[in-house]
Amino acid sequence: MTPVNLIIYGMANGTIYGAVALALVLIWRSTRIVNFAQGGMLMFTTFIAWELVERHHQSYWLGLVVAIAAGLVLGAVVERLLVRPVENGPPLNAVIVTLGLLLALEAVAGMIWGNGLSSYPPEFSLNFYHVGHQVIYLSPNFLFIVIAALAVMVALYLLFQRTSLGLRMRSSAFNPEVARLLGVRVGRMLTLGWALAAGVGALAGVLIAGTEPNYMNPNGFDGLLILGFTAAVIGGLDSPVGAVVGGLVVGVALQLLDNYVSGDIDFFFVFALLVVVLMVRPNGLFSRRSVRRV
Amino acid sequence: MLELDRVVTTYGAVRALDEVSLAVPDGEITAVLGANGAGKTTLLRSINGLVRPASGSITYAGHDLITSRIEEVVTYGVAHVPDGRGVITELTVEENLRLGALWRKNREETTASLAAMYAMFPPLDERRSKVADTLSGGERQMLAIGRALMSRPTLLLLDEPSLGLAPRITAQIMATLRRLRDEQGLTVVLVEQNARSALSVADSAVVLNLGRVVVQGAAAELAGDAKLRHAYLGF
Repeated sequence: MTPVNLIIYGMANGTIYGAVALALVLIWRSTRIVNFAQGGMLMFTTFIAWELVERHHQSYWLGLVVAIAAGLVLGAVVERLLVRPVENGPPLNAVIVTLGLLLALEAVAGMIWGNGLSSYPPEFSLNFYHVGHQVIYLSPNFLFIVIAALAVMVALYLLFQRTSLGLRMRSSAFNPEVARLLGVRVGRMLTLGWALAAGVGALAGVLIAGTEPNYMNPNGFDGLLILGFTAAVIGGLDSPVGAVVGGLVVGVALQLLDNYVSGDIDFFFVFALLVVVLMVRPNGLFSRRSVRRV
Repeated sequence: MLELDRVVTTYGAVRALDEVSLAVPDGEITAVLGANGAGKTTLLRSINGLVRPASGSITYAGHDLITSRIEEVVTYGVAHVPDGRGVITELTVEENLRLGALWRKNREETTASLAAMYAMFPPLDERRSKVADTLSGGERQMLAIGRALMSRPTLLLLDEPSLGLAPRITAQIMATLRRLRDEQGLTVVLVEQNARSALSVADSAVVLNLGRVVVQGAAAELAGDAKLRHAYLGF
C-alpha cells in the first residue's frame, strides 16, 4: 500500500472513530460522565436497523433513519431514567451505571439476535476506485461514510454555534447554575445532549457495520468504543473539533501500524497511544485550559 | 414590591438566615450590608431559588418565589447578577448577552437590547466576539450586569459587584445603577461588603449580622451614624 493510500484509508476509518468520539465528548462536556455504554447503545440501535434491513428487507436508508431515531430515544431515556439519579453523586456511580448498561445491552442483544456473527449489507460498493491502473483505497461505501459523518458533524457545529438552542445547550454544559438563573431549562438540555450524542453514535454504528462482512455481533462494537474513547482523549474530551481530529489521528496511525509493523498489535498500540497522550498532554491536544470544574 | 417575611434558611445546623423580614420598595436601591458570613449571599440565593428556605415567604409582584422553579424566576422580571465569576467564560461577550434575553424569544427586542447594552458599556462593544475569558474584572462585571439587563428586568439582584475591582470601576458601576433607577425605575437589591460605596447610591439599607437583620433604615441615616458604622460596616 502506498503512503497516500494508507492515509486515505486511515482517514476514512478515522471519521467513524471521530463520530464515536464526538458522541462521548457531547456527553462528557455536559454531564462530566464518560458514557461507557456508548458502544452498547450504538450496537443495539445498529441491530434494530439490521433487523429491518436484513430480515425484513427494508431499504438501507430506512434502516439508517430508524437507527438514528432509536439512538435519539435511547439516549434521552437513558439520561432520564438511569443517569439523572446518579448525576450529582460521586463520579464512580455514573461509571458503574454506564458499565452496567453496556453489559445489560450486550446481554439483551444476545438474547434477541444471538451471539453469532452476521453481516450488515452496505448500500454502496466496497470495491476501491481506480485511477488508470492505480488503486485508490477509497470505495463508494467509504466515500459515503465520510460524507455522512462530516455532514452530521457540520450540522452539529451549526446547531451549537449558530442557534439559540445550541447556545442554551452550551450554557447548560458550561455553567448550569447561571444558565438556570437566565431561564434555561437545564434538565431538558442535558436530556437533549444525551439524545443527540446517542443519535451520532447510532449513525457511526450503522456506518461501520457495513464496512466488512461479519461485523454484527453483540460484542462486536467494543473495539469501536475503545478507538472512539482514545480519539476523544487525544482531542481533550472537551472539544468536539478535537474529537474529530483525534478520530482521524487514530485512524491513520492504525493503518500505518498495520502496514509497517503488524496488524496484530492494534489494541496494544491504541492503549499505548492513550497512555502516551495522557502522560504528555493530560488534557488532550485541544483543551484550552489545565483544569476545569463546572 | 419584593417582600420577605420571616425567612429562615439553613445549611445543616447553621441558620444562615434567621427570620429575615424585608420589604424592598419598587424603584429604589436597597443595599444589603454586613460582614463575610452575615448571610448576604444566602439572602440573594433564597430570593432566586438557588437555595430553598426552611420557612417563611418570599413574594415578588404577586409571585411566590419559594415555590417557583429557578428557571421561572427570570420570567417574573427578576434578574440576578452573580459576582464576577458568573460570566460564562467559554462563551463570547455577545453570546453571554444573548443568553440573558433568550427566554423572551423575541428577536427584535433582543437586537434592540444588545444595541442598548453596547451603548451603555462601550468596552463590551469592542469585544463582542471575544471569549469572556479574555475580559478584565471590570469588563466581566459590566457583562454580568448587561446580561441581566438583557432580560428587561424590573428587579435586579447584585451580588458584590465591587468585589476585586478598582475604586474607579466600582464608582462607574454604582453610577450605572443610579442611572438605571432614575431613568428606568429599576428596583435594585445591592449586596455589598463595600458599605461606603453601596450607601453612596442606595435609598435604604439593611445590615445583616449572623443571619439576622440588625439595622434597617434610610441609607443617609446609616451612613451618618458613626457608632453603627464602626460596629457593623467597618468604616
